[in-house]
Amino acid sequence: MRRVYVCGIGATPIGEHWELSLRDLMVLAAKKALEDSTLTKRDIEAVYIGNMSSGILQGQEHLGSLFATWFGIPGVSAQKCEAACASGGVAFHQAFLAVASGMYDVVVAMGVEKMSDGNTYDVTSALIMADDQEYVAFTGSSFVGLNALIYRRYMEKFNVKHEDIAMFAVHDHKYAVNNPLAQYRKAVTLETVLNSPIVADPLRLFECAPIGDGAAAVILCSEEVAKKYKSDRLVEVIASSVATDILSLHNRKDIVTLNATKLAMNKALKMSKIDLKDIDIVELHDAFTILGVIHLEDMGFAEKGKGWMLVKDGEIEKDGKIPTNLMGGLKARGHPVGATGIYEVIDVVTQLRGEGGRNQVDDAEIGLAQNVGGVGGTVTINLFRRL
Amino acid sequence: MKIKDVSIIGYGAYVPIFRIKDSEIARVWGRDPKRVPVNEKSVPGYDEDSLTMAVEATLNALKRSNISPDIIGAILVGSESPPYAVKPSATVIAEVLGVSRIVAVDMEFACRAGTTAMQNVIGMVGSGMIEAGIAIGTDTAQGRPGDELEYTAAAGAASYIISKSGNDDIARFEGSFSYVTDTPDFWRREGERFPRHGYRFTGEPAYFHHIYSAAKGLMDELGLKPQDFAHVVFHQPNVKFPTRMAKQLGFNKEQLKYGLLSGYIGNTYAAASLIGLANVLDNAKVGDRILVVSFGSGAGSDAFSIIVEDGILSKRDLAPKVFDYISRKKYIDYSIYSKFRRNIVM
Amino acid sequence: MNTFINSVPRSWRERKYKYRLIGGICKKCNATFYPYRGSCPYCGSDDIEEVNLPKKGRLISYTIIYSPPSEFRLKQPYIVGLIELEDGTRIIAQITDVDVNEVKDGIEVEAVFRRYREQGADGIIEYGIKFRPISD
Repeated sequence: MRRVYVCGIGATPIGEHWELSLRDLMVLAAKKALEDSTLTKRDIEAVYIGNMSSGILQGQEHLGSLFATWFGIPGVSAQKCEAACASGGVAFHQAFLAVASGMYDVVVAMGVEKMSDGNTYDVTSALIMADDQEYVAFTGSSFVGLNALIYRRYMEKFNVKHEDIAMFAVHDHKYAVNNPLAQYRKAVTLETVLNSPIVADPLRLFECAPIGDGAAAVILCSEEVAKKYKSDRLVEVIASSVATDILSLHNRKDIVTLNATKLAMNKALKMSKIDLKDIDIVELHDAFTILGVIHLEDMGFAEKGKGWMLVKDGEIEKDGKIPTNLMGGLKARGHPVGATGIYEVIDVVTQLRGEGGRNQVDDAEIGLAQNVGGVGGTVTINLFRRL
Repeated sequence: MKIKDVSIIGYGAYVPIFRIKDSEIARVWGRDPKRVPVNEKSVPGYDEDSLTMAVEATLNALKRSNISPDIIGAILVGSESPPYAVKPSATVIAEVLGVSRIVAVDMEFACRAGTTAMQNVIGMVGSGMIEAGIAIGTDTAQGRPGDELEYTAAAGAASYIISKSGNDDIARFEGSFSYVTDTPDFWRREGERFPRHGYRFTGEPAYFHHIYSAAKGLMDELGLKPQDFAHVVFHQPNVKFPTRMAKQLGFNKEQLKYGLLSGYIGNTYAAASLIGLANVLDNAKVGDRILVVSFGSGAGSDAFSIIVEDGILSKRDLAPKVFDYISRKKYIDYSIYSKFRRNIVM
Repeated sequence: MNTFINSVPRSWRERKYKYRLIGGICKKCNATFYPYRGSCPYCGSDDIEEVNLPKKGRLISYTIIYSPPSEFRLKQPYIVGLIELEDGTRIIAQITDVDVNEVKDGIEVEAVFRRYREQGADGIIEYGIKFRPISD
């Protein structure tokens, strides 16, 4: 396998972009990433687009050709990749493979989701399609509801208080303040989080990632192309892994562990030949506060049932043991579903390049981005190292 | 019509958990809360209809019958509130039971539909067409908001498994008699959501005339008198009508005791007399004779004479009894009632 | 929206499993699961038989849905639970006939046949198994 590098990143701010369409968002993100990379359109050989719900929310499929057409690069290899909320992560994985295999030298990994055109109920319908339509969506559960089942079970099993988990949202908001791409650049108190409306008990509105629009793109290149850059502009992809788990919670023996995270993590560590303790920063997929806590455990940073303590003890802060979600996480940076995996990559690369501004972690060398589809039906782990 | 060698081998009832007090309905419409026809009535939950209620009643009946659904040859569902105008409920019930090689029919015959289903199954069993069949009466009755019927229109189901007489029978049919005229005291036109009725016309020429004629006809044919029956069950749109009917026919309060439930649950339409019968079976002694007379507006009346057999003793406790359902209840107010009954139109 | 959800054959072909709670039992690793499928999700064996699952169980976890998918609008609030049946098989289903402030983890529940989704006012009604608390 060849070495693979990230040589360009670009994204739209996340928000309600009333004036921007799905295709506008993709074009904007690609343009920014290309500018960042100093490459030209003609250098692009392939495009992988992570997206979950363009069909149901926009009545639009065939995003590969749509993007190639509107970006003015018809002829390239281009396709949509879908794995629910992990669509961005799997698109990145495909792009990584395309370069690593020797097939292409310059590839775009992109993610896009245009959600704000639909009303909340319709978006809720679209999101539950991440699970089994016939035996889970059929019951009327929302996607939030499935995570609420995990949440209640977790609190009961490990005797953990609601506020100790809800803290994760406060953490995210604190760091989003300094992220110009974030949807909510505003700090919130624990009280605000706990007093926000119930979406699916026990999950409060401020514990759930918001609905938003956004597109993010990264340019991956081979070593040959990388040679023309100064090393401080380059970040190497040292591992890219994808793992699946049984789709629905009721068929899993343990609902407070996302097995796919463990599997993807093991694969990624093996591939990169690094240790868990070598990881300096983490971007994890906290679509809901409870997931943030569980991911810290399943990735190995905390014992099962104790992930919340890392949050409480300040260990996921900028100067903590394992700085996490330093650009606002899914809760405050935002979660345009299919784009999230790429936003996470951008957040990690930004830190590794030392461009994190007020949120910059000192001397970050190795970063991890975890992207989760469904209730852990798909998990991708991508590891990066600055040169 | 004399009936030979046909018995009830299983029975089951169902009443939804929700109740609304008539005084609550009276509060909304400015009526004297003391001058209401029943204390309270059952209300189907948001996820219930005449089909789901029929399923639960039938599963209860099967538990008491000790038979495998495979020997069932017919499912007849009597209801005037099917979830679909076109698409039967009987076939869904067959699917739930996992049987396909059977006769399955929905019958709309006003509030008489349940007993007419029973009469038809008796005929099919008696003629040897089938070994056993299921007769169901089930309704989520509609009452127009503000109308007199809103105080009584309730929900419930009862299901009976009827077979050739054997060793383990719950009760044996002795005879049946029907009486019909064209008397339109209550009706619902095609496409209309709520029924209309003839107010006081529903009494003498309709309810009383038909039930009296069917009961008399049956007793005459079988040579029986009111005192030969331990229990009597009438169709029960309220408490007043069946009480007066019993008196007119020469029955006393003791005979009516177990069969009159409208004060607790309201008028369950096609299920009314069959739930009353189920409660009698929950309480009767072996050898008791029971008179059941239904009434359906514009449909007339069916009367049955039934004798309790000793199978009741071992089977009675195999499924929830009528009063298990009557006593488990949750009161709802008129707002929630309107939501459940889909009366909030947007 | 979601006119594609309003497919009659899609719900029709699942009716047996939805009406009768039919699961699968793996002849190799002995695991049971709902609904039936041809391959074991645990060991991968293709030797699976249909099994009638128990109709009683216990509530392992639950949530109250206040912001439902569009097909369930106007039914809110309602309860969705994770139920462990008597044989250990788990299922996600609605918990019915109980107030949102009465539901508790660990309560005993039993299967009932109820309405789930309606494909619009003039579309078909999708029925299935829900669970209700077992009354004492």
